[in-house]
Amino acid sequence: MADTPVPSPTKAPSVEEGSARLHLSRRQALMALAGAGSALSAGPLLGALVSGRTGRADRGLLANGAEAEGARRWAMVIDLRRCDGCKKCTEACQTKHYLPPEQEWIKVYTLRDRTGVEFNVPRLCMHCEDAPCVRVCPVAATFVNRDGLVLVDQEKCIGCRLCMAACPYEARYFNWTEPTIRPPLPTIPTPEFPAPQQRGTVGKCVLCVHNIGHGELPYCVVACNMDAIYIGDLDADVATNGTETVRLSTFLSQNNAIRLKEELNTKPRVWYIPGHGEDLGW
Amino acid sequence: MVANARTPSSRDALHDAAFRPMEAPGRWFWPVALGLAGIVAVAFGAYVYQVIEGLWVAGYNDKAFYGIYEANLVAFIGVSYGGALVSAVLRLTNARWRAPITRMAEAVALVSLVVGGAFAIIHLGRPERIWRLIVDPQASSPIVWDLIAISTYLLATAIFLYLPLIPDLATTRDRLPARAPRLVRAFYRLVALGWTGTPEQRRLLNRSVGAIAILIIPLAVSVHSVLAWAFSMTSRAGWHSSIFGPYFVVGALYSGVALVVIVVAAFRKAYRLERYISLDHFVSLARIMAVLAAVYLYFTFSEMLTAGYVRTREEAPIVAVMLEGAYAPAFWGFVVLGIFVPIMLSVLSATRSVRYLVLAAALAVVGMWLKRMLITLPTATAPLIGDVWGTVQLTWVAIVITVGATAAIPLGLMLIFRFMPILAVDEMTELLPGSAPAVGGEAR
Repeated sequence: MADTPVPSPTKAPSVEEGSARLHLSRRQALMALAGAGSALSAGPLLGALVSGRTGRADRGLLANGAEAEGARRWAMVIDLRRCDGCKKCTEACQTKHYLPPEQEWIKVYTLRDRTGVEFNVPRLCMHCEDAPCVRVCPVAATFVNRDGLVLVDQEKCIGCRLCMAACPYEARYFNWTEPTIRPPLPTIPTPEFPAPQQRGTVGKCVLCVHNIGHGELPYCVVACNMDAIYIGDLDADVATNGTETVRLSTFLSQNNAIRLKEELNTKPRVWYIPGHGEDLGW
Repeated sequence: MVANARTPSSRDALHDAAFRPMEAPGRWFWPVALGLAGIVAVAFGAYVYQVIEGLWVAGYNDKAFYGIYEANLVAFIGVSYGGALVSAVLRLTNARWRAPITRMAEAVALVSLVVGGAFAIIHLGRPERIWRLIVDPQASSPIVWDLIAISTYLLATAIFLYLPLIPDLATTRDRLPARAPRLVRAFYRLVALGWTGTPEQRRLLNRSVGAIAILIIPLAVSVHSVLAWAFSMTSRAGWHSSIFGPYFVVGALYSGVALVVIVVAAFRKAYRLERYISLDHFVSLARIMAVLAAVYLYFTFSEMLTAGYVRTREEAPIVAVMLEGAYAPAFWGFVVLGIFVPIMLSVLSATRSVRYLVLAAALAVVGMWLKRMLITLPTATAPLIGDVWGTVQLTWVAIVITVGATAAIPLGLMLIFRFMPILAVDEMTELLPGSAPAVGGEAR
């Protein structure tokens, strides 16, 4: 699992110091994210992603980044200055993950700031570093994979819904009925690609872990016409919205990025760039 | 120890009262039992339907993920504590008047705990996977704490019912008519554990009953605290509160003592136990109830005051919806009818009658169930982002299952008292003057 070469932050593609913009093609950026300089090494990495970590449900309270050598620290950035609330992200996510309309793994809230101006906030699973849902799960159905993503093993879930109570972001959904939408071909649902959903269990955003491990963008990132959603890796320190690639740390600090409900100390892996003084302290 | 080994007629009267429900319960028994069993069967059918269809049939949705079953879980396990308290605390404080009601109180504790525990399964989306809690429990989860606490407490209530019962089971064994089936004989011979009432046996029994009476108090406290903590280990306003453990414990005691009042009154009337259970018993129980109601009111006030005074962004809407919003009729209804009126009925001399005290107890039990809904629903439906509240539906499945669980308690008690005497004969003989000697006691 640890034998796949991964670029360390220092080996990240050449960057002009202090600039958030990297001059990389989309493909190059994705390959950097996939932990490979060339398409050849993406293969083994994909293998590692699919077989290695999924079989092994890390059940600690936290994924131990130090222990999982070669792991990613996936992160997402949502630029609220760009979001126009079109819900293309929600639509794409639901279609591609075969979800019913009431399960909005990425949900666009339309809120008002103190001056009455409307703004949009897409909310997905925050993939918290200290995830309350993982802590309360009685059977380790919710776990953190070695890349720090919070996933649900619907084969294990007993449907007690305490994780829904514990999640401060209402990011979790329950399958109250037998799912009516199914993939066209029979699939074996996995925590990484839980389709079709299982009745009586909890589902939520998987950050398209089935895609990002081998250089594909999450569906919501692809679907966003406004290029408002970035996917990146905190260790490689890059992020991309599919059109442009940025140096993640600089991008976050220069734009005063914030995280939702920071006071709860859940340490989300999703950042928001307010920009217009939106009121994000619900 | 035998107080006043009085005339044989007094002893016969006690035995007749205590053992009649086992031998000839009365003409009403089977129609009532079958009626209750019918309700429970319909509820079971509704549950099967829910298992097949999914939890949506109980009115749940993503914006109202907890509701009636969680309220039932807390309410039914809560009433179980009343039985344990009445028996354990009165035992430890050596309150002699307890003797005629301990058996019923202990049986209430056991039966309502079993029914309440069922809701831990009924509310699951995947009940068939509950074995995972046993083979792969995660110590960090409050659900696992619940499992450990409830199962330990279940064992303790069963022992607590059984130990003081041993001498009475021996009496039952000795009373069996010659024509009793061999299996029945063997059963009572087995469960009586060879009790003959020797001083050594009595010493052992008293010591173990004393030990379990002490043990059951922290156990019961832990069960209701852990139930509360399952809610307060989340960051949700209205649940994330340090008051929740004791708040739930007092609520459990209050509703539980109230249920004991109702059960004792019902069986007193049905089995004509007026000679052994007098108005004084109800007055004493009602006083305990009134004190607990006042403490619960204090906790409720404390909760609302601290949240409503500071009015954080998260807590303010919960307080508002409770005090003046959609839940206000239920909340104030609970305060008036579930707390004030029961207290008044319990303490005023004008209402010092079994009828009024049972009314007070009934208001308390129903009011506390409503309060559990008020604990569960507003927080479960409150928005964490934005301001759209969830809505819950009351469905026939949820109602039928709830009514069925309610019917299961009297049914369980009626059946249990077919197998054991409804009065603690041996204890009454020991503690109360005017009763009869115990089997194998000094009088033998």
